Amino acid sequence: MYHYLKNLTPTQQIGALFIIVFGLLLLASVIAFVLSIRDHGDDERAEQWRTELKSVDGIIRTSWLMVFVFWIGWVTGDWVSLTLFGLVSFFALREFLTLSPTRRGDHRSLVLAFFVVLPLQYWLVGSEHFDMFAVFIPVYVFLALPLTSALSNDPVRFLERNAKLQWGIMVCIYGMSHVPALLMLDFPGYDNKNAFLVFFLVMVVQVCTVVQHLASRKWQHAPVAPAISQSFNWRSWWTGILTASVFGALLAGITPWVPGTAFAFSFIACLAGSMGHFVMKALKRDRGIPSWGTQGRSVTGAGGLLDRVDALCFAAPVFFHSAKWYFGI
Amino acid sequence: MLAKLMSFFLLGLIRVLTGAQARWHGCPPKAEQRIYFANHQSHADLVMIWAALPKELRSVTRAIAAKDYWTKSPFKQWLTSKVFNVIYVSRDRTSDEDPLEPLLDALENGDSIILFPEGTRGHFEEPQAFKAGLYNLALKCPKAVLVPAWINNVQHVLPKGEVVPVPVLCSVTFGAPIQVQDGEECKPFLARARSAVMALREV
Repeated sequence: MYHYLKNLTPTQQIGALFIIVFGLLLLASVIAFVLSIRDHGDDERAEQWRTELKSVDGIIRTSWLMVFVFWIGWVTGDWVSLTLFGLVSFFALREFLTLSPTRRGDHRSLVLAFFVVLPLQYWLVGSEHFDMFAVFIPVYVFLALPLTSALSNDPVRFLERNAKLQWGIMVCIYGMSHVPALLMLDFPGYDNKNAFLVFFLVMVVQVCTVVQHLASRKWQHAPVAPAISQSFNWRSWWTGILTASVFGALLAGITPWVPGTAFAFSFIACLAGSMGHFVMKALKRDRGIPSWGTQGRSVTGAGGLLDRVDALCFAAPVFFHSAKWYFGI
Repeated sequence: MLAKLMSFFLLGLIRVLTGAQARWHGCPPKAEQRIYFANHQSHADLVMIWAALPKELRSVTRAIAAKDYWTKSPFKQWLTSKVFNVIYVSRDRTSDEDPLEPLLDALENGDSIILFPEGTRGHFEEPQAFKAGLYNLALKCPKAVLVPAWINNVQHVLPKGEVVPVPVLCSVTFGAPIQVQDGEECKPFLARARSAVMALREV
């Protein structure tokens, strides 16, 4: 089986990978459906069961969407996947800024962020201007945006407003754009298989998040920072990261690395991702909401996209630059 | 044809920019004769409610627009009459026709209407005092259901004087219908209606 897969062309390998992943997702969906029609005598337990299933269902549905997006991106080529990730950035930033309301004076800065900075950043990725794309936002945009805000003649909470906007741009545009940037890197001896690397990163980070979530459910340890998260504790954190890293090592066949290196890279990505997820939780607490999504008491109608991708936004830049550094490219 | 394309375009645009989400609290979307009344902070409010309503209701729900402003240029007139199918109301008091006349006509036809009882766009978070139009309409057309609505966040999409809209999620929250009680005076009713709209902020 392994040799058979090894002898396929890269394109066929990626195709086979998608078939496997779609198959697994289908299986997960079917299991969730079967569990959902199970009968419970006890009303209270049934209720608990239902809410539990609902969150699992949410995760499965997001996974479907993500894999589908990747599949489309892979089938249609780099520019389409860039556009798709650009759209994810767009919607994530929209959510971020909705819950951190801006003032009237910020309007022009917002226009710049959405319609100039975002497309430019993705264009820089697509045209492989790697040096520029790494510094474009932190060096140039972060100096230009406050100027735009200052020109609008509104000094009220100036620092706060700019900090919000710049943070949103950093997480939702800069962080996110590093995921498709992986498609553009030229790894020695790894031609045409970069889509695997994106898949690897997303899978590992997602596994880490899910395992951490399940582990914190299972062992009710004292939370590290109860004011920020009731579920975040060191034990489930370690469990999540180690499990995902072992999973990453098992996936070494689809990466340019040997299992040991793949383990190290997964470890780095999960470290950054889980910490980023935690930081975003602190941000949400500051806004007084449990999530960016509809469960929140907010009146915004946000879809909770940011909840799903925040770990990825933090993991991608670290992963990207360590891979670049490792190969000296 | 052109109007249809325009409405598709506007619907798509408003969905990308704002999400245009309707949240039904207190009443379901239903094909009965209704008077929706909402806070008013931006020109986009009309489009926002219009986009948030389900497709079936959109065609029988007509907003109210000031005649002097929205017929000023041929484009504005085309947009409001052909795309949105609004009801024009004249704001100047000099004409001897009753300003509520066109509204009553529409209600008689069986249409639902969208009303901004503040009369004009406000600049503050809280809506201004409501004008008597809502009360008079409710008295003259008792079979229409009065549904309060709160439009959230739209003023951030396109503040006054700006040209390019920015994407911010907005929503319209529809609340439980209210009624004019027997013998209720205008002032207390309007105050009650206003607080019904404001109560939806927190839902």
